[in-house]
Order: sequence, then structure tokens, then C-alpha cells
Amino acid sequence: MAVVEEIRPTTDALLKTKAPKRPANMGQFLRWFFLFLGGIAMVMPIAFMISTSLKWPHEVYNLRLIPEEPTIENYTYVLEDGRFYWWFVNSIIIALITTVCNVIFDSLVGYTLCKFKFPGRYIVFIAILSTLMIPTEMLVIPWYLMSQQFGWLDTYWGIMFPGLMTAFGTFLMKQFFETVPDDFIEAARIDGLNELQIWWTVAMPLVKPALAALAIFVFLGNWTAFIWPLIVTNSVEMYTLPVGLSSFGDEADVQWELIMTGAAISTIPTLIVFLIFQRFIIRGVVMAGLKG
Amino acid sequence: MADLILRDLVKTYDKTQVLHGISLNVHDGEFVVFVGPSGCGKSTTLRLIAGLEDATSGDIEIGGRVVNNLEPKDRDIAMVFQNYAIYPHMTVRKNIGFGLRSSKKSREEKNKRNEEVADILDMTELLDRKPNQLSGGQRQRVAIGRAMVRDPAVFLFDEPLSNLDAQLRTQMRLEIKKLHQRVGSTIVFVTHDQVEAMTMADRIVIMKDGFIQQVGTPAEVYHKPANTFVARFIGAPSMNMLPGRVNGGAVKLHSGFDIDVGGKLDAGREVLVGVRPEDLHPNEEHAILEGDVSVCEPLGHETLIYVGTGGSEVIAKADGRVPPKVGERVRLSALPENLHVFDAKTGEALV
Ligand SMILES: Nc1ncnc2c1ncn2[C@@H]1O[C@H](COP(=O)(O)OP(=O)(O)OP(=O)(O)O)[C@@H](O)[C@H]1O
Ligand SMILES: [Mg+2]
Repeated sequence: MAVVEEIRPTTDALLKTKAPKRPANMGQFLRWFFLFLGGIAMVMPIAFMISTSLKWPHEVYNLRLIPEEPTIENYTYVLEDGRFYWWFVNSIIIALITTVCNVIFDSLVGYTLCKFKFPGRYIVFIAILSTLMIPTEMLVIPWYLMSQQFGWLDTYWGIMFPGLMTAFGTFLMKQFFETVPDDFIEAARIDGLNELQIWWTVAMPLVKPALAALAIFVFLGNWTAFIWPLIVTNSVEMYTLPVGLSSFGDEADVQWELIMTGAAISTIPTLIVFLIFQRFIIRGVVMAGLKG
Repeated sequence: MADLILRDLVKTYDKTQVLHGISLNVHDGEFVVFVGPSGCGKSTTLRLIAGLEDATSGDIEIGGRVVNNLEPKDRDIAMVFQNYAIYPHMTVRKNIGFGLRSSKKSREEKNKRNEEVADILDMTELLDRKPNQLSGGQRQRVAIGRAMVRDPAVFLFDEPLSNLDAQLRTQMRLEIKKLHQRVGSTIVFVTHDQVEAMTMADRIVIMKDGFIQQVGTPAEVYHKPANTFVARFIGAPSMNMLPGRVNGGAVKLHSGFDIDVGGKLDAGREVLVGVRPEDLHPNEEHAILEGDVSVCEPLGHETLIYVGTGGSEVIAKADGRVPPKVGERVRLSALPENLHVFDAKTGEALV
């Protein structure tokens, strides 16, 4: 609570601050300068994405930010192309299910590792953490062979199964459950809840900020996932958005304006997810029931 | 009906033994306070009773049932924690109702019970608030309310007042005592504050290092401490301890005075004579000590004086209107019946 409450006034203060009256010193200038550079670096790709999506094909390699003859033709084309809807729906379904599964399973495991003292819990935790060190690229082949054997190729399940639980999420949730005082859990135990009820009705609401952060990470990660969905899917109807978008055009003739249009549209759900969950991150209420 | 009996409770964490055989009978409706310095095992005892921790050996009996192997919820107890532990994401109403979640009562009965408890605790207007909209005292009351709705045989309190400021603590102390008189359940209350213990308890259990030092009414532990630890722990400022040796029917203090302690003691035995500051006054007659006043602490109606008596310093109480001055030489006296004699080695009370 303390930490979170401190953040709020700071952001409020930042928003209210007018341009400083006194002359800015050198250090401050440099700081602003680098922040500005950072800002440019973040905004430019988005600006180019939108700008390219408004250009005619012949103008794509002209790197002007403002198109000479802006057009919404690309949007009409992409939205009228039935495949785009398929991909969009596929991506939504996969990202949503994966997010829900991660929120539930990661926090279940994290909670267990954090709040139950059983022999070997440390080893389990280390084992989970160590999987963080294995890059996806290395896992893709075993995943593929496994999917092939079980007949999961070209199915939703095939796309989703590697990501239904993540080591990172488990670690994150374990660390957050450390902040939930044992008193809460013991009080609930005396009140007669079983362990699953305690986890769901007492512990989970107290780590909402972490759940929101996890949900954003997982959703974005799956929304933009490329390599695995590309490998595991064969048919165009099973593509996710990133895979589908990259298939606009072939090697000789990549249709950048269409890809950028699709990309621009596909940022909308990520914005929505972020807007929904970020307020939970800012307004955490973990400690309010305790003497703070 | 709901006696609480502890029989030879032992608790060991890994290799360290925390409780060394705690035995106690708490009668139905009794208010028992566990008191002792930090780390003496008070909370551990309470957690064993609650079932949050398993005893290494020994039995716990509540209302005639051995509950060793029962889950906390089946033991017919309720516990109030030092940190309140009320759920921040639920309203007061929900928090209180939480205690009844697993009960088989109908919804109306539960609601009625919630209202009843809110009424007893004077919280009816607060029912729809969240914990962060409550003051510390109100939060603690919610925690007590959550324990009360279940109407348990035994209430367990673990230092519930230590997060409150002094004034509120006094007030809540009174409220809990009134509550006890009204509800009449058995209460086990843990604190490290001896004033809380003295004012609230029917009986006090004084613990140290996992051993019970003495069990008795507040008057008993104050007037007849079983050993030097209890003698020093109960009462503030602490009891003065004056070293001496038994010499015939009297004790010869190392500071030179002979005092009659009115008991038969083995000659030559090394002893400590205890006398409380409130029993020790400046007085020319029957002096047992003599020394120079080093500090005066006026408290209004009386003044605490610190007197250096060759080697050790003792605390005495003087009249508030004409206290001795710093540096003045005073003689201190106490009535024989207010003297306590302890064995110097074991610390056990001898008279
Ligand atoms: N889980 C544990 N593992 C190991 N030792 C423990 C554990 N819990 C408590 N102890 C030890 O047991 C002893 C008694 O602890 P306990 O919490 O009962 O003390 P307490 O009397 O309640 O003290 P306080 O007044 O500080 O609350 C302490 O020395 C503590 O270090
Ligand atoms: Mg304690």
C-alpha cells in the first residue's frame, strides 16, 4: 500500500507541473534531451506504421512521414479480406485463453511455493526458474515433434499449449504472494475456508496489481507471438494475426502497406487490454486491511 | 462447558525447543492472560490452541474433546490477530460475515447474527465501509466482530491492542473486558504489556523462555511472586532486589542493615530481598537502606526517587509535595510484610 500510494501523488504532481519558470540547468537539459530521444525512438515506428498504412504501394519506399496522396484504400482492402477476420479471431481466442490460464496456473503454483512449507519446494522453485534460461528457439523443435505425435499440429491447442503456464509468471506471482501477510491466510483458515477457497477469495484479490501486470504481459506476448504459431500452423484459417499479416505478398513482393495496415488495426486490442488493466496496477490495495 | 485444558504442551522447531511442557486449566468463562517478554512462546502457545501449528507432544482439550487432530475450523475457537487481518477488499459487513461462511445457518440467521454483532460492537453505521476507511480502533473492532459472529467456545487474542495508541488501547481494553462480561466466553489473551495483563485478567500466566513461571490472579502474582522473574516483570517500576545473607532470624543485607523478614530460613544462605518502589519510602524509623538521591522524577501526587546505595541503585516513592532533593542523604524503610525473599541462586521465593 505504502509504495503504491506514493506513486499516485507523484504522477499527479507530474501532470500538474507547468513548465518551470527558473532557467533549466545543464543536467536537466541533458536529461530531457535523452528522454526526448527515447520518446522519438518509441514513437517513430508507430508513426511509420500508420503513415505507411495510408500510402499507395508505389509510395511505400519513399520514406516521407506524410504520404503525398493519403488513402484509406488499404484499410478497406484488409477489412474486406475475409482472412483478416479469421486471423483476428484466432489471435483473440488464443491470447485470451492463454492469459486466463496463466493468471490461474501461475498464481496457483506461485501461491503454493510461497505459502506452503513442504520438502523440496526450493528445488521445485529453482527448477521452474531455470527454464527461464532456455530460449524459445531451442524448444520449438521438441514442441513441434510432440505436437506432431499427438496430432496437435494446426490446432488452437497446438498453438497455445507451450504458453499456458510460464516460469516468469510463476516467479512474479510467488514474489507478490510474499507480500500477503500470513495472518490473512490463517484467519481464513480459522474461519473455515479450505485452501483453494483461501487462495481464491483471500489471496488473489490482494495481488490484483500483479495479476493485472501478468495479464498485460501474457496477452501482449501471445498477441505478438510469431515463430511458434508460424511453425505449428499450416492452413491459412489457423494463422494468428502476425503470421497472417506476414503472408501478405510473397518473398519477391512484400506488400508493406497491407502489413502495416493490419498491424495498425491489431494494436487496438492491446491498447484496450492495457487501458483495462493498468488502473489495477496503479491502485493496489494489498495492505489496507493491516496496520499500515 | 468449554473448559480449555493444556497438558504438557511441547513445541520444537527444527532443533530449537520453544515450549517446554505447558500445562494449564482454563475454566469455562475465564479470562486468562498470557504475558511475558518477547520470544517467550506466547504466540506459539496460542497458535497451538488454534490449530495453526501442530504440537510436538502434549494434548489440547476444548470443551471435553481432545482437539489435537482437528482442523482450526473444527475446534470451536476464534482468533483475533495483532495486525487485525481483516480483508481490505471486503466491506465491514462482509468481513464480519466471513466468520459464518462455513456455518450451516440459513441466510437470514446469518444476517441477523451479523447485525447483532455489529450492534454489540456499535458499528452499525460502519457496515458498508471498507477497512481503509476505518480508524485503527474500528478495524480492531471489526476483527473482534468477525471472531464474535461464530460464537466460539474460546476466543484467542494475540496482542490485539499493541498497534493502537495509548489512549485507544485503554479504551479497547475496557471494551474487551465488558464484552467478556456480556458474552461470557472463555478468553485467552496474549500480551507483553503487564498493565494490560493486570487490568484484564481473571488469571495471569507469566511465561519465560517457553516455561510457565507462575499462574495466579493479578493480586497473587503481584503480592506473592513465585520467583525473581515474576517479581521484576509484574509492577512498574520493577521491584528492587537487595542482596543479603541469612543470619539467624534475620537477613543481613550487603549494604549493612539487618532486616527481620519474619520467616525461618537456613543460616548462611545467600538471598535477594525484594521490595517494590511503592512499598519503599523515605523514613528515619526502621530503615533498611540508606543512600544519596541521584534523580527525582515527579509524577504529581508522588515522586520517584533513585537512591544510590553503595553498588546498586534502588527506586523508592516519596511524597509529591515535599520530595527529597537530589544529593540529599535519605534513609528508606518498608513494612516487613512488603518484603519478599528469594533464593539468590535459583530465584525461587522463600517466604
Ligand atoms: N516458524 C518458526 N520457526 C522457528 N522458530 C520459531 C518459529 N516461530 C517462532 N519461533 C521461535 O519461537 C520462539 C517463541 O516465539 P513466539 O512467537 O511464540 O514468541 P512471543 O512470546 O509471541 O513473542 P512476541 O511478544 O515477540 O510476539 C521465538 O524464539 C521464535 O524465534
Ligand atoms: Mg507473539
